[in-house]
Amino acid sequence: MNSIVMRENINTMIEHSDFAPENSIISAKNVDVFYGEKQALFNMNLDVVENSVTALIGPSGCGKSTLLRCFNRMNDVIPICHVEGSITLGGQDIHASNVDVVSLRQKVGMVFQKPNPFPKSIYDNIAYGPRIHGMTTSKAELDEVVEKSLKRAGLWDEVKDRLDKLGTGLSGGQQQRLCIARAIAVQPKVILMDEPCSALDPIATATVEELIDELRERFTIIIVTHSMQQAARVSMHTAFFHLGNLVEYGATSDIFTAPKDERTQNYITGRIG
Amino acid sequence: MTDHIDIIRVEGSTRHRAQKRFQLYGLLAVSLSLAFLFIMVGSIVLRGSSAFRQSFVQVEIELPADAIDPDDVRGTRFGKFLKQALRNKFPQATTQKDKKQLYKLVSATAEYSIREQVEDNPQLIGTHAKIWVRTSSDVDIYLKGYVDTDLDESKRRLSDQQLEWLALLQQENKIESRINTKFFTGGDSREPEQVGVLGAVIGSALSLLVCFLLSFPLGVLTAVYLEEFAPKNKFNRIIEVNINNLAAVPSIVFGLLGLAIFLNFFGLPRSTPLVGGMVLALMTLPTIIIASRASLRAVPPSIREAAMGIGASKVQTTFHHVVPLAMPGMLTGSIIGMAQALGETAPLLMIGMVAFIVDVPQGITDATTALPVQIFLWADSPERGFLEKTSAAIMVLLAFLIVMNLVAIILRRRLEQRW
Amino acid sequence: MQQRNSQTINVTRNATGQKTREILVLALLLVCSLVAVLTTIGIVASLAFEAFRFFQEVSLFDFLFGLEWSPQTALRSDQVGSSGSFGAIPLITGTLLISAIAMAIATPLGLLSAIYLAEYASDGARSVIKPLLELLAGIPTVVYGFFAALVIAPMLRNSGENVGLVISSESALAAGLTMGIMIVPLVSSLSDDVINAVPQSLRDASYALGSTQAETIKQVVLPAAIPGIAGSLLLAASRAIGETMIVVMAAGLAANLTANPFEAVTTVTVQIVTLLTGDQEFDSAKTLSAFALGLLLFIITLCMNVAALKIVDRYKE
Repeated sequence: MNSIVMRENINTMIEHSDFAPENSIISAKNVDVFYGEKQALFNMNLDVVENSVTALIGPSGCGKSTLLRCFNRMNDVIPICHVEGSITLGGQDIHASNVDVVSLRQKVGMVFQKPNPFPKSIYDNIAYGPRIHGMTTSKAELDEVVEKSLKRAGLWDEVKDRLDKLGTGLSGGQQQRLCIARAIAVQPKVILMDEPCSALDPIATATVEELIDELRERFTIIIVTHSMQQAARVSMHTAFFHLGNLVEYGATSDIFTAPKDERTQNYITGRIG
Repeated sequence: MTDHIDIIRVEGSTRHRAQKRFQLYGLLAVSLSLAFLFIMVGSIVLRGSSAFRQSFVQVEIELPADAIDPDDVRGTRFGKFLKQALRNKFPQATTQKDKKQLYKLVSATAEYSIREQVEDNPQLIGTHAKIWVRTSSDVDIYLKGYVDTDLDESKRRLSDQQLEWLALLQQENKIESRINTKFFTGGDSREPEQVGVLGAVIGSALSLLVCFLLSFPLGVLTAVYLEEFAPKNKFNRIIEVNINNLAAVPSIVFGLLGLAIFLNFFGLPRSTPLVGGMVLALMTLPTIIIASRASLRAVPPSIREAAMGIGASKVQTTFHHVVPLAMPGMLTGSIIGMAQALGETAPLLMIGMVAFIVDVPQGITDATTALPVQIFLWADSPERGFLEKTSAAIMVLLAFLIVMNLVAIILRRRLEQRW
Repeated sequence: MQQRNSQTINVTRNATGQKTREILVLALLLVCSLVAVLTTIGIVASLAFEAFRFFQEVSLFDFLFGLEWSPQTALRSDQVGSSGSFGAIPLITGTLLISAIAMAIATPLGLLSAIYLAEYASDGARSVIKPLLELLAGIPTVVYGFFAALVIAPMLRNSGENVGLVISSESALAAGLTMGIMIVPLVSSLSDDVINAVPQSLRDASYALGSTQAETIKQVVLPAAIPGIAGSLLLAASRAIGETMIVVMAAGLAANLTANPFEAVTTVTVQIVTLLTGDQEFDSAKTLSAFALGLLLFIITLCMNVAALKIVDRYKE
């Protein structure tokens, strides 16, 4: 009985995830992810459109954060986690033996659920990335990168007089924008955002959402979110996950107005939580 | 199509080399410390294992019936018979110097060993007996291969003449290497071939017993008070800070305390396990308190709520439910504390446990030494023979420590519950 | 049925016997926890009392700032140097020299071991290395002392001879080196805790920016952990200063005022042991000076411990 249901699920999954955009920057093919014995993602296929905002939605534990962390190989940090299948960035397999995970993470930046500024000054928080990557040659150049990054993150006017103060002393929303500025400063192609607003109040959330909207001109953004309203507001494409499977993927407007899969329908109307 | 994104590793870049180098430093640091551990333990085992064997020499000895009273063997001096026997064996030793060298082949305590054997076997009296006695330490060390015979005679403890005699005895199979049981059954001695660790082991055991009986109840009850009952006020905060600081006070300071207060003020007997145990108890107390508190904290609040919920008082809840559940952890912590106390030397030096004591102690008020202090004393002795005995005593000490730690680990695995 | 209805449900405390018992139990617990405080009072009182007697004979100033230490008091008062001299400076410098050598060994080894264990080692490697380091910590100091005197010191002297250096067989270097190794597990386990307490989110942030592991450790983890590490180093240094058996067995007895690690120096703890072992009359300045030294040692280590615990506590918040 169960196996039949399973097979049906897989069929419907393949049917609905045939959205294959041409200008994809990241593409996952047949990706399985395991935590020890437990499989967290099943046969994932997903192409992410360049210079757009893609939202990954779904109930808790559906594997969306796991997939996100595959894109910059943050899962390498977790010893029991292993990834199978292929993920390409700009056509190159990111698991290839000649790929430098450090360069990969420079190109694919990440913003985390809880703001995590370093316990250093605001300036040093931003300057850390450019420094380790040797991206600037002079202090003046570095100053410029810091200023530009903070401006892009919409934080410059609020902090320009206190760049030498601790980054941890900012408010939650400011901290998260600081983390975004920090990610921008190393000039990534892609920015991964793992529920970036879940620890923020509504006003700070609105500021960060505006920021995301501005950033999409220069960066490809993949955002994991719990809030369907947020996905609808900021993203152009949306992928819906359920129990480790990609159920449906397509233009955000389609997903929210005319979902093809019953489970997507149930989720966006609040029947699966 | 997207632009080319460069994520290829540049082999040998400065950053990667720095990364590799840093990890290597860490591994190197760990290896260095562990190499030291292995070299230290290894060299001690290497030096010490020979101490568990002892060379014996067979002497053919006349025990004339007219000179030995069978009812008073204990009062008979066997030295002269032994010397006669040695002279008979090697009649060429005629000068005073040669005779002296000859007598030095056997242990200075050999005559007592003969007396004991005659006591056990009175029919030997009046016969020509073949009796095995210990060789002297110098001979023992030579037979174990520790003496470089290429060295000039004047720089050796054994002369060429003595080596010749020994070669002859070996040819006649009159020298034997036996297991040195004396090492485990005897007390201290001035003669390296005669020493044993039993006195020190019993001394340590008695001290630890006193230490445990004092520090375990005190430590556990203090932990119970601080963890379960103490209101968060300034007074209790002082107690807590006090205990934490006490844990880091140098051990020798506890020795000074014992000397000034237990010995000089209360006039308790010097060099005894009683005082040693009391000093060690004060030192161990913080360890036990800290471990017991951690163990109490690990008992989930649901247990307390359950007991309170059926109407148990705070005291009942604590002693009927919480303390029994925390007991394995408390015991583990205490055994580890005891293991530390067993290795402690400095405070015992202060309260006079460095005395030279031959007898095995019978109670906690007998003067005695302790195992680590015995090691210190032997390490200080100039005779070559003590080197292997010191190493062997260290092996005994380490064996006890390992057993105690293993017991603690097993106890933790067996009894500790996971919540 | 009727009867049961007529009973009242008693919720007031009626078991007065039990209440008294509970108060007694509480009092017992309180008394037990006071033993720790009494111990401290006992230490301070005994040291202070005997030291006070010592300072009646030798001035505090001479003790703290005197450059010469030779506590032998002559049998007859007309002998040369009958009073003995009790300047603690050579002992303090000797103690500091040996402790400094020990810390110079233990700090890099301990910290790097901690970093390796916390950040690099696989679970398998950790489960082997950690108990072995604990074993190193569990070996009694008398064993280290024996090893230092028997192996390390002659080895240093011989290798010194080979390169034309005169290294005393009771050199500060031999004692300091051995003590350094002894302290490594202390530094590494304390630092390991501190490093593990740095939140994973900070590491994630650094990795996500494309830092290598070494960069993350050096520039993010260690700076965040510095207060805690400083606290643990302070604790380790206090341990080195108070360590007795290694120096008794491997360091010298003569009080040399020198900073040369190849020479023999003596320490506060060595002098306490030498002054108080063997049979001595208890009220001579010579034996009493041991308590003055003990008091000095206690005050120095106490200050270091209090400072270390404060730093670590603040770091934990």
